[in-house]
Amino acid sequence: MQQSLAEKFYYLMKLGRVFELRAKEEYMKGNIGGFLHLAIGEEAVHVGATVAFEKGDIFTHYRDHVYAIAKGIEPKYLMAELFGKKTGVAKGKGGSMHFFEPSLNFYGGNAIVGAHIPHAVGMAYARKYRGENTGVLVAFGDGATNSGNFYESLNLASLWKLPIVFLCENNLYAIGTRIDRASAITDIYLKAKPYMMAKQIDGMDVFEVYKAVMEAKEYIQEESKPYFIEALTYRYEPHSMSDTGNYRSARELEIAKSKDPIERLKKSGLLSESYIKYIDDLVEKEIEEAVEFAKNSPEPEETELYTDIYCEVCKNVIP
Amino acid sequence: MLYREALNLALDEMMEKDETVVVLGEDVGFYGGNYRVTEGLYAKYGERRVIDTPIAENSIVGTAIGMALGGLRPVAEIMTANFAMLAMDQIVNSMSKLRYMSGGKLLLPMVVRMPQGVVKQLASQHSQSLESMFACVPGIRVFTASDCITAYHGLKTAIMLDDPVIFLEHTLLYFEKFEFSKDSFYNPFKARVLKEGKDLTIFSYLKMVHDVMKVVTQIENTLNISVEVIDVGPLNPLDLETLTNSVKKTKRFVIVEENPKHGGFGATILSAVLEETFYNLDAPPLRIAGEDTPIPYNRKLELLAIPTPEKIYSKIVKWGKENGL
Ligand SMILES: Cc1ncc(C[n+]2csc(CCOP(=O)(O)OP(=O)(O)O)c2C)c(N)n1
Ligand SMILES: [Mg+2]
Repeated sequence: MQQSLAEKFYYLMKLGRVFELRAKEEYMKGNIGGFLHLAIGEEAVHVGATVAFEKGDIFTHYRDHVYAIAKGIEPKYLMAELFGKKTGVAKGKGGSMHFFEPSLNFYGGNAIVGAHIPHAVGMAYARKYRGENTGVLVAFGDGATNSGNFYESLNLASLWKLPIVFLCENNLYAIGTRIDRASAITDIYLKAKPYMMAKQIDGMDVFEVYKAVMEAKEYIQEESKPYFIEALTYRYEPHSMSDTGNYRSARELEIAKSKDPIERLKKSGLLSESYIKYIDDLVEKEIEEAVEFAKNSPEPEETELYTDIYCEVCKNVIP
Repeated sequence: MLYREALNLALDEMMEKDETVVVLGEDVGFYGGNYRVTEGLYAKYGERRVIDTPIAENSIVGTAIGMALGGLRPVAEIMTANFAMLAMDQIVNSMSKLRYMSGGKLLLPMVVRMPQGVVKQLASQHSQSLESMFACVPGIRVFTASDCITAYHGLKTAIMLDDPVIFLEHTLLYFEKFEFSKDSFYNPFKARVLKEGKDLTIFSYLKMVHDVMKVVTQIENTLNISVEVIDVGPLNPLDLETLTNSVKKTKRFVIVEENPKHGGFGATILSAVLEETFYNLDAPPLRIAGEDTPIPYNRKLELLAIPTPEKIYSKIVKWGKENGL
């Protein structure tokens, strides 16, 4: 059990990382545009939580690549989206910040900080209403916890007794502002404590994240009440490709990297050398194929500009 | 000088001159501003006057209102106009109305600055031009800055005014170079004639001004006419006098705007000018605007969604030929 989980974690974290490293490369070559927010360093949170959540609904902010991969969207459709191609998950209309796949219960990428938190609360209401108990998880950054949307959502979820897991990825920064310069309370789980069960965990340890989210999921399903997890993590890359990142010291980055979730899993003794090698090769190949797929895919047709704005059949609906 | 430097200079001079001027917003201090508009101010004036805020737009504007009531002159930066939508309550329900509702007793000497517009592949939530939303609310002045001169003088005036001002910038202009001298003259309450002409007036503002200027000679040559180009400047109140005087002279006008056509600000310009000039006109007016769609990520589709110099040229030429030019 431990071993097969470890293998799964390794595969997904590695897939996420190589996907993002490659995306960064393609961005620099000009094949990808817009904002590209990388989650390198945060894979344990994204993968641990998504694997624990399995069939549940997941809502995220714009740093959404690794969640989408862990949720089971094939990297080639994600890479094609980054390339703005017709074959992308959103036909090239959304790009990096807007990965969605409702068939996998992935409600991904919102680029307005905090906006998706109440969406997840509403989803939890709908699920409960319909007697569906797969659970809802909403992930957001430390910066988002200073927004009105966040506090209003904590209150609503608690008041309405909703089965939802709030997962704060505390990477200590909101763009260039360090947490203690923006938040009066720096142990973020304490913000939620008056409303619900809340705890802080090590987000660089994928097993710890998985275990905590599993527990939280079982709790919300049994009790029909919300649960809050603060995962301490770090992003190695600048906020996005257009940020210099010069507000953090090299030393700080080095310390964070010494806790690297992928390296840590490798050292756990749960993975054989040969498995690691096998996965490393597999992942390289899979991402290479994804890039080829993206490159060879067509651009969306010009008419696509005008589709997906309104529902076509709605015109025929007469009450 | 870069556009962002002109804004920076305006802020710096006003802060230097008047201790009640403070700047607040996300990443404006220590980080120097997302687009480097506030660079250096934190080091120079300290954290009491250059205030880093959490991500809390409604409260950024809300506290700026309180600061203004308390005798300061706050200049709030909203990172982009898209996020100003979170502050619409404070802007629309309080900032625009406290003066009026109090029978003139409460003054709000404050500015809310923000960039807007389509940048490059930032997708729907980060690519909006929302001037109509602000300009339709009585009680707020809406200024636009299209180059260094309008940025510098416009922002300084906005800070000095006792009215609340929404100061609109365009993201793509920050790192553009424009001519500048401090002695240059600009009245931010007035529209600016950028180029005189006698057969057609083109109105635009913010970045579209430059897209128009890029093709104006070509339009003149193709149609064999002379074109007047006007930067509309303030969107509320509009400088209707300058706009209508020009149209009375040229007898034709075109409006170029980046926002979607439906409900776009050009509709307001058009109706205001038309009411005054209907019987002077030799051709139906033309609006060249963004498509009525959200902005897509794909670059080709994105360019289809907004006016470009090529489209401005071809649409005006086609319209001109259809209308006897
Ligand atoms: C409402 C809103 N305000 C501002 C922004 C600009 N912005 C984008 S990401 C970000 C920082 C968010 O930090 P955090 O929530 O900690 O997430 P992280 O990027 O660290 O994952 C800001 C201020 C935005 N997208 N939405
Ligand atoms: Mg953060």
